[in-house]
Amino acid sequence: MAIKGPAGWFQALGASALGFFERLGRGHLLLFSILGRLPALVPRFGLVVQQIYSVGVLSLLIILVSGLFVGMVLGLQGYYTLVDFGAEQSLGTVVALTLVRELGPVVAALLFAGRAGSALTAEIGLMKATEQLSGMEMMAVDPIKRTLAPRFLAGFLSLPLLAAIFSAIGIMGGYIVGVQLLGVDEGAYWSQMQNSVNFWDDIINGVIKSLAFGFVASWIAVFEGYDAVPTSEGVSRATTRTVVHTSLAVLGLDFILTALMFGEP
Amino acid sequence: MSPDIEPLVSIRDLHFARGRKTIFDGVDIDIRRGQVTAIMGPSGTGKTTLLRLIGGQLRPDKGSVRVDGLEVPKLRTRELYRLRQRMGMLFQSGALLTDLNVFDNVAFPLREHTDLPESMIRDLVLMKLEAVGLRGARGLTTAELSGGMARRVALARAIALDPMMILYDEPFTGQDPISMGVLVKLIRELNDALGLTSVIVSHDVQETSAIADDIYLLSDGKVVAHGSPGELEHYDSEWARQFLKALPDGPVPFHYPAPDFAEDLLAGSEGGRAWQ
Ligand SMILES: Nc1ncnc2c1ncn2[C@@H]1O[C@H](COP(=O)(O)OP(=O)(O)OP(=O)(O)O)[C@@H](O)[C@H]1O
Ligand SMILES: [Mg+2]
Repeated sequence: MAIKGPAGWFQALGASALGFFERLGRGHLLLFSILGRLPALVPRFGLVVQQIYSVGVLSLLIILVSGLFVGMVLGLQGYYTLVDFGAEQSLGTVVALTLVRELGPVVAALLFAGRAGSALTAEIGLMKATEQLSGMEMMAVDPIKRTLAPRFLAGFLSLPLLAAIFSAIGIMGGYIVGVQLLGVDEGAYWSQMQNSVNFWDDIINGVIKSLAFGFVASWIAVFEGYDAVPTSEGVSRATTRTVVHTSLAVLGLDFILTALMFGEP
Repeated sequence: MSPDIEPLVSIRDLHFARGRKTIFDGVDIDIRRGQVTAIMGPSGTGKTTLLRLIGGQLRPDKGSVRVDGLEVPKLRTRELYRLRQRMGMLFQSGALLTDLNVFDNVAFPLREHTDLPESMIRDLVLMKLEAVGLRGARGLTTAELSGGMARRVALARAIALDPMMILYDEPFTGQDPISMGVLVKLIRELNDALGLTSVIVSHDVQETSAIADDIYLLSDGKVVAHGSPGELEHYDSEWARQFLKALPDGPVPFHYPAPDFAEDLLAGSEGGRAWQ
């Protein structure tokens, strides 16, 4: 029934807009039913722990390695910039603030989307394609409660921890490059950091950011899997969409949160 | 069986369509308690769809589906789930949970729905696996099973909660002659020993007729024949005779509706969308 010519373009535009809003609606409905089932997980927290293992622990290596390198680059760039002003003693401050406020939450969320989010989507999508979800329904087990909710919660809880680990190892990376290789004073590196990083303004705001990212990343991953067309092509598309949409959402959200948190009072 | 006992499942004037394709167009089916009822029909007539309608995963467009006195499409989620605990369903694909091994798959419904101690769960699972001949395979992952083994594990899982009714979707496909024979006997024995009601969807006319008390033949959204295996043999319908004797020629078409073959070959470049 496709109409040809300009009218057809309008038809396509309208159809894709409708499709977008329908997906948005389905996404919110799924989110609400997941949130409504979270209390039921309390007596069965073992399910969540299992998922924290596969979502969190398996992302650990990539977080550690990336954190180390990002920290080392920060140490290098920070040192060359600061040394022109004779301010290389502040290297610790620069490295720590950059990581805790921005790079820790954001880069950890991007890595999380690539490592854990895509895996979640693929797993749930395949469970749908192989009738496992509908089999559970026929066994009177609610797949949203049994499968989706624990995965969502695990992602939400894991990301702040992963971001914290990323920042900590990054600070070590900056230390290795700045102090060990380039000769910044070790005492200055740590003490300046200690003086200028504020627990509430910097650390807690960073944690809030990564909680927000964890929420969005897990929501997108779980929804894309659950909403995937139940074929191998559908699942592979959904996996790609998870990574792309999560990355965009994290970067956009980061700007908004940064403007709200760190703007002049 | 006396006909005045209320049937366990009674379907009346069922209408159901997928998009523009009509799948059921006024179907009446009774599944009597304690019996093995077979639903047969060509591929794509909606046998799996019928099981999903009985299980409440799909809602009819019109008509009623009653299971044990409950109107399935009208049940609220909680009631539907309570009803499903009393139904076992064997999926065409097995639908085993791929993140669990064989033992844990069979234990899954027990762990979800009962508070039995682990030692009792172990005994129950081993009993069910023994019944399908796979007690020794309990440690395998689902990827290590063949298609026929997966189907048997799924059967063990379907009977784990001792349901009142089991819906079998193509239980015999992918079974070698020996396990086929065992399965046929097992379905009948489970039915009689546990006082179950069984519904078998199958193409295997021989095996199914051997154990069914009652057979429905479906085609084109309608029940075209109904009766005991003996009655159907003498059924006054060319359609039923062709299907049951597996004759290639007759009123049952082998082909999905299509334009003339020669014309289609000559139509050239239009690809897969040529005829719609
Ligand atoms: N999810 C779906 N969306 C749209 N149409 C579907 C869907 N599932 C099945 N159908 C259509 O419904 C019809 C009946 O399908 P069903 O799976 O019930 O057939 P069946 O009788 O079980 O066939 P088989 O013996 O091959 O398993 C088919 O024509 C199929 O094309
Ligand atoms: Mg089928």
